[in-house]
Amino acid sequence: MADHGPEVRFEGVTKRFGALAVDGVDCTITPGSLVALVGGSGAGKSTLLRMINRLVEPDAGRLTIGGRDVGEGPAPLLRRRIGYVFQSIGLMPHMTVAENIALPPRVARNGAPDIAKLLEMVELPADYASRRPDALSGGERQRVGVARALATGAKLMLLDEPFGALDPVTRDAIGRRYRDLHDRLGLTSIMVTHDMAEALLLADRVLVMARGRIVADATPAEMLSGQAGPEANALVAVPARQAEAIEALRR
Amino acid sequence: MSEIASLAAHHILLSAAALGLALLIALPLGLAAARRPRLAGLVLGIAGAIQTIPGLALLALFYPLLLMVGHGVPALGFLPAWLALSLYALLPMLRNVVAGVRGLDPAVIEAADGIGMTGAQRLRLVEAPLAAPVVMAGIRTATVWTIGAATLATTVGAASLGNPIFAGLQTEDWAQVLKGCLASAALALTADGLLALIERGLARRERWSLWLGGVGVALGLLAACAPLVGSSQQTVVVGAKNFSEQYILARLIGARLEKAGYAVSYREGLGSAVALRALRQGDIDVYVDYSGTIWADSMHRDKPESRAQTLAGIAGFLEPAALVGPLGFENAYALAMKKGRGIGDLQGLASVAPSLRLGADLEFLSRPEWRAVQSAYGLRFASQRAYSPTFMYRALESGQADVISAFSSDGRIAADDLAVLADPEHALPGYDAILLVSPNHARDARFLDAVRPLVGAIPVAAMRRANYMVDRDSGKVSPDQAAQWLAAHLERK
Repeated sequence: MADHGPEVRFEGVTKRFGALAVDGVDCTITPGSLVALVGGSGAGKSTLLRMINRLVEPDAGRLTIGGRDVGEGPAPLLRRRIGYVFQSIGLMPHMTVAENIALPPRVARNGAPDIAKLLEMVELPADYASRRPDALSGGERQRVGVARALATGAKLMLLDEPFGALDPVTRDAIGRRYRDLHDRLGLTSIMVTHDMAEALLLADRVLVMARGRIVADATPAEMLSGQAGPEANALVAVPARQAEAIEALRR
Repeated sequence: MSEIASLAAHHILLSAAALGLALLIALPLGLAAARRPRLAGLVLGIAGAIQTIPGLALLALFYPLLLMVGHGVPALGFLPAWLALSLYALLPMLRNVVAGVRGLDPAVIEAADGIGMTGAQRLRLVEAPLAAPVVMAGIRTATVWTIGAATLATTVGAASLGNPIFAGLQTEDWAQVLKGCLASAALALTADGLLALIERGLARRERWSLWLGGVGVALGLLAACAPLVGSSQQTVVVGAKNFSEQYILARLIGARLEKAGYAVSYREGLGSAVALRALRQGDIDVYVDYSGTIWADSMHRDKPESRAQTLAGIAGFLEPAALVGPLGFENAYALAMKKGRGIGDLQGLASVAPSLRLGADLEFLSRPEWRAVQSAYGLRFASQRAYSPTFMYRALESGQADVISAFSSDGRIAADDLAVLADPEHALPGYDAILLVSPNHARDARFLDAVRPLVGAIPVAAMRRANYMVDRDSGKVSPDQAAQWLAAHLERK
């Protein structure tokens, strides 16, 4: 596997569920970058993300990972090369933490992963390996979810509102830890979030979606300086105002 | 006890076979239906409709169905019981397979797909283990239902714990009924308990309860199979219809066959038409029927012939099964009254009948026998009323009726000291008790030697007394004991 994650390219990717959900998106995600997909609910960001690992099949357009069309071959084989983390986590309740983390390599018949090392990566104690998911807190469960996604050594990570259900402190800690892992492992990460502050703080690049289209594509710095267009400005305004208000309180 | 044990073994094997077949159908069908709401509606609707058919009727329906199939497929015994009980077990299993799969957390399914499981991997690693406790609960429900319903298998000629229940019901031997009920209830409770352990083991992932339950079920099935192996003796099946006389005669015949070295099993409580068909197909090997029944109901002859001609006609009709011979008594419709009224036959009755009241059983007044007697003797009574049998005898005793319809071998004729009126015009057909043997044994000398001494050896008085021993309200004995008494009172030729 390459030193850093693969490039992901969208060419005219379209999907409709009755109404148009994703409308001819063209975009290239640079290898090794952490890209945030933001936008209101129903903007099409989850649909766009889920077309990358074919949990949703596009109606039109082409989607490539490292130059290879995702439509080639059976979907399970594609998904085994991609880490997937989502809000409701979906740990297997009948398996221990270790069995959950080892599940993707087991499914791919890809040997046994180093559970201790993976637990350490997500900052969980080694003795959690034998616990069952129902004995963990929400934050601990999502750490296991991240470890599971990393277990096959996949370099492309898809994260769908990964930390959305967690309390702010846990969310901040896991978010920063993830950014750390992203850099250390040289991943390509695409993260859907509705939280612009999270996107600005974690991502290299922010894609704003509205009505199935990408309406802004900029770095966090460009976003904050108001160069990314009206939709982006509206979304950035909220955390910016909150930050100023907190700063004012402090004085 | 050993008879109950052997019936319990049959009961267990029949139930287990039915549950196994139902599971084989319900699992794939339920899995397919779980993800297809319209298929689920259809499949559950059909299974639900089957469930509304009373168990007894469902079993009974398989008899004509299998007859239509033909080609030597047995219409009686294990096969119809197995198929009907399997259908009956389908609904709770299907319902729980569908519910179990539908109840899975969608996040778990998304994760399974997201990490690249194939459909088969998802089924094996995720859906099966997570839905297993719910499916197991359905299997438990089905098991309790099936073990209960399997008692009805007796009526289609499959041995089960229903045998003592139906036999006891006919002879009003409540101890027998209770024995069958308790045995079947104990079986159901035990099975439910063992499956509950397995369910608990699946739900809580407890190895020990899985093991304990599994070993218990396996031991039960093994024990049930034990009677099937080891016994190299040739088993013959004695049939009986569903009234006391038949139960007694079956035991009388069975005892003789056992003495001749055969292993004997009994198919009791058979319907009249069912019994004859079972004999001709070889599902039962020997039983007693009545000449008039076969003459009218099976051969569809309406005019009585002489006794010799009737028997010869039946013997020809039954080929390749054999009529060994008449036992020596009749169980015919007759008219009876209290002794001491100076009337000896139906001709004598006709002259005084307009001043007498007739009490009849529920069927008699609409039967051809009654019309034949009426027209032959010009019988007209002052009044005629139908009673259930017990009340009919009471009505005669208390003077509410002067003449009653009766079966000539009924034990109450002797007990109440009644006079059976002779039929000089031969208006009533003969109902000679005749010993019939299946095609397999029609030329089997050893078998025939064992049963032939019964021919012409049972006088009607002896049969009446034996019947009364079983039918009377107090001090009743089992058909087996009555058969022993009868064996000691056979007429030597």
